[in-house]
Amino acid sequence: MRNKILYALGAIALLILIRDILGIAQLPDEKYQGAIFKIIFFHVPVAITALTASAVALVASVLFLVTKNFFFDALAVAVTEVGLAFLAANLITGSIWGRVIWGVWWAWDARLTSALVCWLLYAGYLMLRHAIEEPTQRATFAAVFSIFAFIDVPIVIFSIKWWRTQHPQPVFWGGGSFPKDWMPFFLWNMLAMILIGTIFTITRLRQEESQRELDYLRRLAHSM
Amino acid sequence: MGFFRQALVIAVKDLRAELRTKEAINSSFAFALVILLLFSFAFDSFEETTQQMAGGLLWIVFAFAGTLILNRSFARELPNDCLDALIAAPISGAALFLGKAVANFILVMAVELISLPVFGIFSNVHWTRQFPELLLVLVLGSWGMTVIGTIFSALTVNIRLREVMLPMLTYPILIPPLMGAMQLTSGLVAGTPIAPDTVVWLKVLVGFDVVYTAVSLFLVETVLVG
Repeated sequence: MRNKILYALGAIALLILIRDILGIAQLPDEKYQGAIFKIIFFHVPVAITALTASAVALVASVLFLVTKNFFFDALAVAVTEVGLAFLAANLITGSIWGRVIWGVWWAWDARLTSALVCWLLYAGYLMLRHAIEEPTQRATFAAVFSIFAFIDVPIVIFSIKWWRTQHPQPVFWGGGSFPKDWMPFFLWNMLAMILIGTIFTITRLRQEESQRELDYLRRLAHSM
Repeated sequence: MGFFRQALVIAVKDLRAELRTKEAINSSFAFALVILLLFSFAFDSFEETTQQMAGGLLWIVFAFAGTLILNRSFARELPNDCLDALIAAPISGAALFLGKAVANFILVMAVELISLPVFGIFSNVHWTRQFPELLLVLVLGSWGMTVIGTIFSALTVNIRLREVMLPMLTYPILIPPLMGAMQLTSGLVAGTPIAPDTVVWLKVLVGFDVVYTAVSLFLVETVLVG
């Protein structure tokens, strides 16, 4: 039953994506940037999905520390991995855009730098997990690290913003103009990305739970 | 025994142990010296660009050398199961953490204050121009580095690849204070005092220190006891 729901969600996300891609291809080119501007339909939704993932990871980590329920640990690792993948997609799409508009793959601009720092922070979370064998210790330490990392995100973003900025001002909340009839595509894409993120997370969550069951059975077999 | 008295006892114990063996502080200072030497091959000290990035270079040295001290902080307690004894001792985890952080801070500051004149000589940097303000930046930057380093030293003490993991985990978190300290230090060694446009970095340093000291004191019990 749970599998069927997951497949259905996946199919819906795919349908929305295909419809969006076809629709976005029909839209006229942006006046100054040309076709590359349309990368924003993917670049921003994956960023928002990644941010959502880090918030979920924080909540899951706090809940693990409070309840010691391993479900929350599995959720934290699943959502962090998915968030990291989405942030990577954000960095890559941004890099492609930068190559076309700025002429360079990478510039040490405020948002690029903060995105990269956040990526490294959460990559550290996964590395920390890999280095610890004992499940309770791993879950506890990872949860503590996740809290440290989440607190650092706003500090990183603001301090790097003061350091320098050449990223285009946000199109949505920074006074930029986004055509009204383009908005539905953007919102649908947003939904598709969140759906894909959720499906990935649930899949990873199940893998983690199976893994824990395997570990438990292995220990049981050893103790007999 | 009050909380601060407990922390003081731990700090004094750590400093005494370190001063008897001198293993962390010697290796840290030697390492700082080696990096300073390598910098002199990489950058021409008489060029203006080197002067402009003096603060950055200095804090890279401090971050590297500091890691060596912070790595030892909890690892020192592993032989003879001293760490278990410390955790079982009738003091709170927060007092243990604060004591260790203070001891580490003093050691890190010592290495920094010895490296500073050496850096001044090697790189032809006039670090005495705004010394009181520079000292303030050193204290704030080092405290942030020490707090994060100490809590992560506790976090990584029992895991594989301890020495590698500590800098991998701490440097990304330390980017805001290191960036602030680098900006301020570069200005100060060039002779410009902290102005209204750079005071924001001082705020970053103070904010980071306050937030992470509080979070660390709150979470350290979880890290130590599990």
